[in-house]
Amino acid sequence: MKKSWGVRIWRWSIISVVGAYLMVPLYAMFDFSTKPFGFQDKGRTFRAWQIIPSQPDLMISIARSLITAAIVMSLILFLIVPTAIWVHLKLPLLRRPFELLCLLPLAIPAIVIVVGIAPLYRWISIHLTESPITLSGVYSMLILPYTYRSLSAALDAVDIHTLAEAARTLGANTSRVIFGIIMPTIKTGIINGSFIAIALVMGEFTISNILNYKTFQVVIAQIGRTNGNVAVAVSLASILFVLILLLAIPTKKRQGKVLDVDLV
Amino acid sequence: MTQIQYKGTGPVTDRTGSRYWRSKSAYLGVIPFLIVSGLFLLYPTWNVASGAFQDNYGKFSTSVLKQVFNSPVARHAFANSLEISIKTALAGAILGGLFAWAIVNGKRDGFFYRLSVALSSVLAQFGGVMLTFAFLATFGFNGLIANIAVKYAPNTFLADASWLYGMLGLSVLYTFFQIPLMVLVFLPTLENLRPQWREASDALGGKAWEYWLRIGIPILTPSFAGAALLLFVNSFSAYATAATLINLSDFLTPLQIATALTSETGGANPAEAKSLSFYMVVVVIIAMTFYALLRRRVSRWEQRR
Repeated sequence: MKKSWGVRIWRWSIISVVGAYLMVPLYAMFDFSTKPFGFQDKGRTFRAWQIIPSQPDLMISIARSLITAAIVMSLILFLIVPTAIWVHLKLPLLRRPFELLCLLPLAIPAIVIVVGIAPLYRWISIHLTESPITLSGVYSMLILPYTYRSLSAALDAVDIHTLAEAARTLGANTSRVIFGIIMPTIKTGIINGSFIAIALVMGEFTISNILNYKTFQVVIAQIGRTNGNVAVAVSLASILFVLILLLAIPTKKRQGKVLDVDLV
Repeated sequence: MTQIQYKGTGPVTDRTGSRYWRSKSAYLGVIPFLIVSGLFLLYPTWNVASGAFQDNYGKFSTSVLKQVFNSPVARHAFANSLEISIKTALAGAILGGLFAWAIVNGKRDGFFYRLSVALSSVLAQFGGVMLTFAFLATFGFNGLIANIAVKYAPNTFLADASWLYGMLGLSVLYTFFQIPLMVLVFLPTLENLRPQWREASDALGGKAWEYWLRIGIPILTPSFAGAALLLFVNSFSAYATAATLINLSDFLTPLQIATALTSETGGANPAEAKSLSFYMVVVVIIAMTFYALLRRRVSRWEQRR
């Protein structure tokens, strides 16, 4: 159907206004990060980008955040997903309570979770370890609603009861049923959940900042206090990195899934 | 390993069937999850909920709750929080809704569509430190737009970066991450609008504005309101952006909570932090309840294909 002129004019004026709102700050980041700093620079310089790797704490915080993300992902894979399947298969009476538990973080902002969990992390840092990797515990709870959403949609789409019965009849044991039969069929849901895990861990600031852990975002904020150009360069680099990653994932697999942020 | 006993054959539709009750040991399977969620989710929730009704010595009392309720500082912060959340939810919902319409009207799965969706998923998570830097680079001292304004319009507010550090600046920042979230939430709704409705309206002689006024807008209103509520909760809970942009502990409730919790001058007051948190959770729960009710209305037509 040919679009009428009215629709076209409306469409392009909306795209240019909202697009400018979203794109100008991103361009300004690029502009700012290539501004000269120090006395020896004249005109544009990429020095802020070049000295990213030599920033104190930065690389180690990225490594730490990636390890944390990996732990969160394994918690999803080996704890949350199997429990969700188990509840679906065997404990129908727990389905409602389990769902409520999974959606609970929606009602509790991160700043409130921090208030409640501060004593626990104080205990952990005194008696066990001060490593920020322990944050993976609370992070895996923060993403619980998103994991649950993509999981329950996937579990509802596949008749896992029949699958499980068939597998049992053919002699598979319980762990084989969960990890070998059911989990592969809901692969897309699990991948989506894991992707959100990385985004959340790399972007989290509230909890780690208040509990005094040096995660990626906290270190960026710290760099921003001493060297604005570098901090802006790091921020822009990480945005572009994630954007390219998202565009690189084939659309077929993601279709309608990235959009699946409908929460309740 | 616990023994699974499958009694039925064929697809199980009766999911609350009593036969599941026979293996009580199946309940052991949820224990690991219960331990983790108990530690990292239920414990903090309980800690805040019970702590709100205690004083700093652990005794039951509602005095801190009352004290916070009557404190002018806390009221001011709470009003600010509500104001900015409502404003940015509405601005984000309108701008994001229009943008989603513009995306839907383009070529499905074209490059623009893919780029917009990908960009929205990135920028919706973009709040916090990096967002603050982006706007400091734009409107802050020596920023892109600020420099242009200094040159060509030195008398406008844009030339002086101080507006960025108040309600107006923070609203502009919040709206920046609200728009992409709205796009993500609202796009599926718009995609599910059936073209047949438009065709039927056209065939019966309806004009474009009549279609929107009588069919489009009434049908979209519940989803739109639900999405706006989601945006409200999103900015009401936000902490990182405000914390990195403004260092005024009394400006918003999340900032006040952080100060009450961590105050370095020795004024840490966990009971106050818990009481403030309690009020925040109450507001979020009210909003989410309305959201759930609206979703139920929406799902009647949206999820039936």
